[in-house]
Amino acid sequence: MIQYFTSLNPAAFGNALPGNVAQGLIWGIMALGVYITFRLLDFADLTVDGSFATGGAVTVMMTITGHNIWISLLCASLAGLLAGLCTGLLHTKLGIPPILAGILTQIALYSVNLNIMDRHANQALSIDKYTLILSSRNLTKAIIVGLLFSVVLIALLYWYFGTEQGSAIRATGCNPAMSKAQGINIDNMKLIGLALSNAIVAMSGGLLSQYSGFADVNMGRGGIVIGLAAVIIGEVLGDAILGKRMDFKGRLTFVVIGGIIYYIVIGIVLWLKMPSEDLKLFTAIIVAIFLAVPYLKGQSKSSFKKAGKKAAAMAAGSKEGK
Amino acid sequence: MLEIRNVHKTFNLGTINEKHALNGVDLKLDEGDFVTVIGGNGAGKSTMLNAVAGTWPVDEGSILIDGVDVTGLPEFKRASYLGRVFQDPMTGTTATMQIDENLALAARRGQKRGLRWGITKAEKEQFHELLKELDLGLEDRMTSKVGLLSGGQRQAVTLLMASLQKPKVLLLDEHTAALDPKTAAKVLALTDKIITENHLTAMMVTHNMRDAIAHGNRLIMMNNGKVILNIAGEEKKKLTVEDLLQKFEEVSGEEFASDKALLG
Repeated sequence: MIQYFTSLNPAAFGNALPGNVAQGLIWGIMALGVYITFRLLDFADLTVDGSFATGGAVTVMMTITGHNIWISLLCASLAGLLAGLCTGLLHTKLGIPPILAGILTQIALYSVNLNIMDRHANQALSIDKYTLILSSRNLTKAIIVGLLFSVVLIALLYWYFGTEQGSAIRATGCNPAMSKAQGINIDNMKLIGLALSNAIVAMSGGLLSQYSGFADVNMGRGGIVIGLAAVIIGEVLGDAILGKRMDFKGRLTFVVIGGIIYYIVIGIVLWLKMPSEDLKLFTAIIVAIFLAVPYLKGQSKSSFKKAGKKAAAMAAGSKEGK
Repeated sequence: MLEIRNVHKTFNLGTINEKHALNGVDLKLDEGDFVTVIGGNGAGKSTMLNAVAGTWPVDEGSILIDGVDVTGLPEFKRASYLGRVFQDPMTGTTATMQIDENLALAARRGQKRGLRWGITKAEKEQFHELLKELDLGLEDRMTSKVGLLSGGQRQAVTLLMASLQKPKVLLLDEHTAALDPKTAAKVLALTDKIITENHLTAMMVTHNMRDAIAHGNRLIMMNNGKVILNIAGEEKKKLTVEDLLQKFEEVSGEEFASDKALLG
């Protein structure tokens, strides 16, 4: 036991921290996409596991075939947009339930991504050969780039969801019956929301492929869980810190912060020398805990157990009175 | 203003739950008509309103609003002609959005929703004035989420929303049924006020015969998916609940089944 603790090196944790923050920022951007579908549209969209890898694949393949990195990243986002549209059409035009529609696109994207990557499961993108926007080689730059992307994206999303169209998307997610009665084409709103969400997710995948120097067909696996983790950690934390002052800007900001915190927690877990094969298990546990916190909080305020105890205490009290 | 011509609708065709909900409904509303709709459970009152609103396509017949045949239009396209208030106070408003945002959504009913800001400064002032007229203190809570309001307050806001863009027809589907009697009376008074002030054409489903008699200039009774009684003008003004019950028995040959309609 003592040996285990003495073997833990605080400096190693400190060294790993900037990398965790950079990666957290990239996944935080991805989580902004998840936030749009999961929270605003009330659509648990599993497409993202596939579209994240699509973003990475398109970015890497276009860059190594001689395209400018910005153009590649833009095309990656467009590819994600199409993936989101695909899920949206499966749902709105063919009546397939949200979760299934997302899974279908996700599984289809696995093959699509392999085809994009020239039928290789992995394609390298070396910073030595190509000009990239960010790389894990330069962590300070990676963090700055991640921050810039986050800030610009949060500003754009804040603006968009304040517009007439963005408001209509929010209304669609909250109350479809009312939205239709107000003349909103809810099918179109779902399509736009899903397309926008997956475009952001794919862009984030494009950033991660540059950061890590490769695209992998499995890079998005479990992405939805990480995205949800960021959204939920951000919300729980944001509500705790800002309370009633939490507004839309705050929510978006805390989603990205949620991504960073998630990766710092993962950093701690690795630093504690837990086997990396168990990471997904830890992720699931973290998400389950944060999903459960708001529910359990509500339960502690009003539960049958409590009511029963109170009633029993009252009964006992009145007996004594007699 | 509204014309329903021989409309039929059957739900769950060919199953054990098959229900011929509308059985050749014919009804014509002139501009400014305020029709109250009564009838027992399952008579087809709400179904008729939903047929007009376009919740689903009808099997047969046609629906014209202000001379335009809307039978082939989906719900969201018909919305530009219609204002609606539902039975469930939760249905008419968006709980997670602010009061002013809800109103702004309704102010754009039937218009293209582009990339302009969702609510203008002028609108905020307009909404403030309109909310003040409701006399519920909501004008000072314009940025509160609608989910924080009571059922009565939400119905009042929904009524306001339905009238922001003057609808060709206002559809009220038992919109006071979920409220306590005092609040229901308030919301009904507000309904009258909004209909009169904006000269709206309206159709109100109710289970309460007294309300049906006291409000509007026309009254129709439905049974088995048909309009079986159509009373207007002076005749309506003199109506009593007993008259209605008697008329129901005369026309339908059955006793009025709903205790709720009797007692309400």
